[in-house]
Amino acid sequence: MTSRSSPPESDPAGTSPSPSVALQDLSHWYGSGVNRRKVLDRVQLAINPGEVVLLTGPSGCGKTTLLTLVGALRQVMEGSVRLFGQELHGAPRRERQLLRRDIGMIFQGHNLLRCLSAEQNVQMGADLLPNLGYRARRDLAREWLRAVGLGDHLGKLPHDLSGGQKQRVAIARALAAHPRLLLADEPTAALDSRTGREVVELLRRLARDQGCSVLMVTHDPRILDVADRLVEMEDGRLSEASISDRTLSGSVG
Amino acid sequence: MLNLLWSSRRIPLAWLLLTRQPGRLLVALAGIAFAGILMFLQLGFRDGLFDASVTIHKLFDADLVLLSPRTMSSIAMAGFPRRRLVQVMADPAVAGTTPVHWNFLLWRNPQTRTTRSILALGFEPGDPLFTDPALAAKAAVLSQQGRVLFDELSRPEFGPIASWYRQGRTIDTEVAGKRVRVAGLVALGPSFGADGNLLTSSETFLNLLPNTPPGSIEIGLIRLKPGEDAKAVAKRLRSKLPTDVTIYSKQGFADFEKDYWRTSTAIGFIFTLGAAMGFVVGCVIVYQILHSDVSDHLPEYATLMAMGYPLPQLLGVVAREGLLLALLGYAPAWLAGQGLYIVIRNATKLPVGMDGQRALLVFTMILVMCLGSALMAMRKLGDADPAEIF
Repeated sequence: MTSRSSPPESDPAGTSPSPSVALQDLSHWYGSGVNRRKVLDRVQLAINPGEVVLLTGPSGCGKTTLLTLVGALRQVMEGSVRLFGQELHGAPRRERQLLRRDIGMIFQGHNLLRCLSAEQNVQMGADLLPNLGYRARRDLAREWLRAVGLGDHLGKLPHDLSGGQKQRVAIARALAAHPRLLLADEPTAALDSRTGREVVELLRRLARDQGCSVLMVTHDPRILDVADRLVEMEDGRLSEASISDRTLSGSVG
Repeated sequence: MLNLLWSSRRIPLAWLLLTRQPGRLLVALAGIAFAGILMFLQLGFRDGLFDASVTIHKLFDADLVLLSPRTMSSIAMAGFPRRRLVQVMADPAVAGTTPVHWNFLLWRNPQTRTTRSILALGFEPGDPLFTDPALAAKAAVLSQQGRVLFDELSRPEFGPIASWYRQGRTIDTEVAGKRVRVAGLVALGPSFGADGNLLTSSETFLNLLPNTPPGSIEIGLIRLKPGEDAKAVAKRLRSKLPTDVTIYSKQGFADFEKDYWRTSTAIGFIFTLGAAMGFVVGCVIVYQILHSDVSDHLPEYATLMAMGYPLPQLLGVVAREGLLLALLGYAPAWLAGQGLYIVIRNATKLPVGMDGQRALLVFTMILVMCLGSALMAMRKLGDADPAEIF
């Protein structure tokens, strides 16, 4: 807990405000020996608080690896990952686990707990908040479900919800823990285009209201315009892309 | 305090994981209950058999008991001189003594005319024998030669003595080839070594067994004055009496008998092994259930880890599942055990009951079984890698 409350160190470039996420020369490999394969090659990226960044690129180019590194789910091998001013390189497991409480994650599959109702699933997110009574956490969960338009489906099991509804529950769960950064991996992949659009717009609106940064991996060309910034990855390297170009040219990957 | 508990309440994940899969829960509970019942049954039989070996021992009105050192168990009692009891009377702490004859004699079933070994106790009808005061009144009829009191709890192979007696019939039969008459009924109970019992006077006893050396008895009961320390008196008597007797406390007398059955028969081993089998079967079932439960929910556990839940908290969920299974599985096992004990008591007349110590032992075994299995299943949780779920 002390690590979280320590003031963010000023970033070396001296720009302000200090970014939520700052990647410097981040490289990553899989395998060992002759099979060693580089998936990330000196990646640079900064995401400011409240910014929505979309990451595109062909499959297998390292997007998901980048997401797991930023999400503090994987040990950093080389380079620097700073989350809210805190260095992840060499951070112990326990520190990464605490840091993850500040990160909301939304998955391709919704990854809801099958045995919990929508409300209970969202409360699993709210339960991570310290110093909140049971009632407060439950009310918070209900509030978030209403915010994603599922106020009438509190007691339903994931089994009884449609794909779009499940993804909205997942968004509510991610946001209920008051994250400062939201990571989303193709949140629209399992949804039809209209539902996908709705879900992403909801996601952006709610994240904006919270001042929460968003890093979203997507292949879906129809949702690129929700981004403040678009970055493209190819062969483990990142490059900025213009949003208007991509939306005009249509398909990606 | 309650308020604090309420506000720190979390989603009861372990409970929901179990109850939202009622089929699997039912299988798990059936398995645990089965293991519990098996343990209750085997341990019940074992303890019942040992307890049954001292049915009569427990009835004696005595603080100290004299036996011959050659006596190994109730089925092979050796005699010692009756004089020793007279010597014991010299001690100021002793209030009274009762010499008892103890032997197995052949009883002829008056209905079928077949013979069967029955335990016969001989004593002076005026002496106190059992703590139950009802006997003293009945014992008076024994002063007449050739009269016996028959144990109505004896196994039915000895004949329908009790019902005949109640009908008012005169029951004459043979014991050790000599004619006796049933002059009353007592309720003692069969023991491990004896299927039935009868009481008679010393005089009749010696008449039935004319080869008994004169002045020889098998058991000497010693009653102390109120407030006397049995241990100290036993020690004092030991130093005064010759080595042709051994002195036991009443409890020691029963333990001596139980020990015989425990060490010189396979009963303890067999039934303990049976209980162990139940334990192992239960372990396998619970482990299977918990392991597949963890495997099925691995992505969900990984999601929770990605959300920032620490591994120990998730291990706690599995442990709580184990604890819940133990509690939910024990209840039906206890109830079924209770019912089975009643069935066993009726069928075998063994003194089998649900005693607290065994209930606790079986609960502990089930708890160890469930928590141990949970511990094994937890290793699977280590496979949950939150980096793999994207």
